[in-house]
Amino acid sequence: MDRIPILTMGQFLLVTIQVDMHDRLAMALQDDLTTRITTSRAKGVLIDISSLEIVDSFIGRMLGNISSMARVLGAEAVVVGMQPAVAITLVELGLSLDGVHTALDVEKGMQLLRRYIGAEFEESLSDVDDPEN
Amino acid sequence: MSLSKLSEILNADRTRLLAEWVSYQNESGQVRGDLITERELTRESEQFFELLREALGRESSAELHRPGYKGVRDFLGELSRSRSRLGFTPSETALFILSMKRPVFGAVQRAFAGDAAGQAAALWMATELLDNLGLFTMETFMEAREEVIKGQQSDMLELSTPVVQLWDGIVALPLIGTLDSNRTSIVMETLLQVIVQTRSEIAIIDITGVPTVDTQVAQHLLKTVAAARLMGADCIISGIRPQIAQTMVHLQIDLGNVITKATMAEALRTAMHRSGFVVTRKSAGGLLHQK
Repeated sequence: MDRIPILTMGQFLLVTIQVDMHDRLAMALQDDLTTRITTSRAKGVLIDISSLEIVDSFIGRMLGNISSMARVLGAEAVVVGMQPAVAITLVELGLSLDGVHTALDVEKGMQLLRRYIGAEFEESLSDVDDPEN
Repeated sequence: MSLSKLSEILNADRTRLLAEWVSYQNESGQVRGDLITERELTRESEQFFELLREALGRESSAELHRPGYKGVRDFLGELSRSRSRLGFTPSETALFILSMKRPVFGAVQRAFAGDAAGQAAALWMATELLDNLGLFTMETFMEAREEVIKGQQSDMLELSTPVVQLWDGIVALPLIGTLDSNRTSIVMETLLQVIVQTRSEIAIIDITGVPTVDTQVAQHLLKTVAAARLMGADCIISGIRPQIAQTMVHLQIDLGNVITKATMAEALRTAMHRSGFVVTRKSAGGLLHQK
């Protein structure tokens, strides 16, 4: 069975969806990604769906689920490069994916992730600093 | 009595019929000399006459949808479409066929001199045929008109949804007129397309030109905002007039966590701030008028 490759880039995981998603592929991706987040202790996940042209409610929900799962595992997920037609379809399906971070392209998604992780890092630093002061 | 007899009559009297027909068209005063030349009219009449004569030889009934009339239909369709585009009125267009009645009736009379029954039958046949042709002309004429109207409607929809780039990464969409679901989908598509093209992270939707905001319109606005967000762009809704703010609150319209501003200027200020731009004024202004 086909699998969608997951690339590691430092603290981030990069998933580029370049084939039409079907339900089993989506489930496999969900499995792989959650495993990889735990094993690689990634801080951020970037899902590039710029080549995805067809979505249904299942794939839409899966994007939301992956993002929630990543958050549970301590990583932020950003969905990047959604096509206008896909965005319109998702909205018409009533899936506005409220909890999911989005960005226009990989570059901007990366910036966004750095910002989130930077903020987290500073937070944890100040947590450490506080008791000393 | 069959149509082939009529075809024979048309054939025998060809030159006279044609001449009479063209002259009737010219005399009626309904031919637009400014839109079509006399030579063109004569040529069209001749062409049509030939096509009709051939068709009558092949077909046995006056029903125009039969395959034998294809040439006639195509020619007449093209003729009335082009006249509709040129700006002929319906009666001026219908005249092309209707003015044929008199010469044809004359020819029938001459051919059946002394045979009243035959004459009546032939006249009835000719009337039926010419009426069908006339109706067909009108139908095509109206269809062409409707096409023009539809084209204009879609042009207007596109004209009324311009997306302008205000700054690097900031686009604005000034909405004018009411938002129905048809229009929303066009607005949404254009906006999303421009967001991709310009890689803009902030879109300002200005609703100053939207006369009323009811739950329906708000729903459409929220849809657009949600779609833009999915692509990775944030939306600011601006141009909310005091009355609209009041109605929105009365109708308990909740725009959720969308940023709203009273004016486009305010929205631009917010957008600049969010994308990290700082605007500073260096001098007291009036620079445009000074050298």
